[in-house]
Amino acid sequence: MIYSQVVMDHFKNPRNVGVIEDADGVGEVGNPLCGDMMTIYLKINDNRIDDIKFQTFGCGSAIAVSSMLTEIAKGKTIDEARKITNKDVADALEGLPKNKLHCSNLGADALQLAIKDYEDRKAGITRPEPARKEEHEHTHDGQCRCPYCDVEISEKASFCDACQHELGDEHH
Amino acid sequence: MKLINFDHISANPLLPEVKQVMIDAINGDYHNPSSQHSDGDAAAALLDAAREATAGLIHAENPKEIVFTSGGTESINHAIKGVAMATQGKGNHIVTSNIEHNAVIRSLKRLKSFKYDVTSLSVDSSGRINPEDVEKAITDKTILVSIMHSNNETGTIQPIADIGRIAREKKVLFHTDAVDSVGVVPIDVRELNVDLLSFASNTFYGPTGVGGLYVRRGTRIFPLLEGGVQENNKRAGTENLTGIIGMGKAAELAARDMDARYRHLLDLKRYFLAELPNYIDEYIINTHPEHSLPHVASVSIQYIEGESVMLMLDDAGFAVSTRSACATGSLRASHVLLSLGLSHADAQGTLVLAFGLENTTDEVSRFLAELKNIVGTLRNMSPLYKNTTG
Repeated sequence: MIYSQVVMDHFKNPRNVGVIEDADGVGEVGNPLCGDMMTIYLKINDNRIDDIKFQTFGCGSAIAVSSMLTEIAKGKTIDEARKITNKDVADALEGLPKNKLHCSNLGADALQLAIKDYEDRKAGITRPEPARKEEHEHTHDGQCRCPYCDVEISEKASFCDACQHELGDEHH
Repeated sequence: MKLINFDHISANPLLPEVKQVMIDAINGDYHNPSSQHSDGDAAAALLDAAREATAGLIHAENPKEIVFTSGGTESINHAIKGVAMATQGKGNHIVTSNIEHNAVIRSLKRLKSFKYDVTSLSVDSSGRINPEDVEKAITDKTILVSIMHSNNETGTIQPIADIGRIAREKKVLFHTDAVDSVGVVPIDVRELNVDLLSFASNTFYGPTGVGGLYVRRGTRIFPLLEGGVQENNKRAGTENLTGIIGMGKAAELAARDMDARYRHLLDLKRYFLAELPNYIDEYIINTHPEHSLPHVASVSIQYIEGESVMLMLDDAGFAVSTRSACATGSLRASHVLLSLGLSHADAQGTLVLAFGLENTTDEVSRFLAELKNIVGTLRNMSPLYKNTTG
């Protein structure tokens, strides 16, 4: 098995699955081309995350990430939640396989989008769709890593010289 | 706890009779078949017997047409690179399909870096190659056609005899990767009109690490491994006698029991496919209804992702394979499924079931009940399912 026990626990018994119908903020990341999709729903009360739920299409780690993210975020103030990173989630899961770090570990991104959606709504900005990030962003200061062996590679690389893997267009 | 194995495309257990001859071979401490003393002769006799049994399984005219290898990957590399090296100066064009195994794809990619041109043909939505497309693709520079016999992800079988006839008319060598077919469906290398055919012992319940390449007599091919003159000067290195003896026994049993095995496996697959709509909806069957391996069914379950299904099935006691990008290590959607015209999302939800000799209808029935629960759980969690039905 490639996953830690904590990951398997959150995968098998995911916390906070579902939809909040009258959510105060919704954030969606990923697309099926990337492999994973996550939607985070927030209920905010007195500047605090009162309730949080998720929906995820994805692999074991994507579901575990979503579940762990909701556990971390629940009860936090908006300011506290804003500081939650993807790394925090991966650390709480006692690590994720290297090749999953970049494709499945999107929970905190979805949370930040949901918070932004909440704040936009408060400021009177409305949009028909949930706050959504279509493409996987390159968030490593322009530096990419091979999803197979994790060595640093150029953003335009189509082949990893270190591990001889072809990378196609979608490496992160 | 051992899982119920519905992943027989990845591994088959050794049959008890195969295990026994291998244990006997280990205990026999056999000498080197190339040695000229009597102990060497005894080993050579065992090697010959295994070669005959293996040749019989694929109806090779002469046992010498069988080259023992370390398995399907080596056989495929040998066929493609060996022909390319042997036909230097005669042409540099190779015809293949879009759904080949990586052993073919990467061997050809390597040749491309040595100035070979490759034409890769598309399959239709049922997953089959049109032989006419092969005919059109062949040029006066073509040295080899390499098209797989059956696909390892869908089980769909290609019209190999028809393609072979065309290749022969055009005087182009024809290789087929029959790794998932040999020992499962009847194979006659003469009827198939092939010059080269790759196979692996584990497909028919022999040991892993052993396989073979059928090389029709007179086919120009260079060895991949150079050294001694073993294997009719086509594959150097002291033979893996224990493994080869195991493959020989497995080949003998596969030939003997082919019909009964075929019926049993097809019964399991038919039962599964007939019952599946009573358990889940909204899925796509990627396996050809008629031209396919008896034991393989590829199913794309919509709105959910295959690795999650595989992990939950594992927890429920079943081993299956998934072609989801997330689980393949490549993190990319399967080239085979995309070639069939599947969307990325649907390809993500693909399970490959491969039944085996020891499986029962009761196991399939229990599997379906578990699958229904798992699909329900994951769809409830999926944003794609909500978007479609809501």
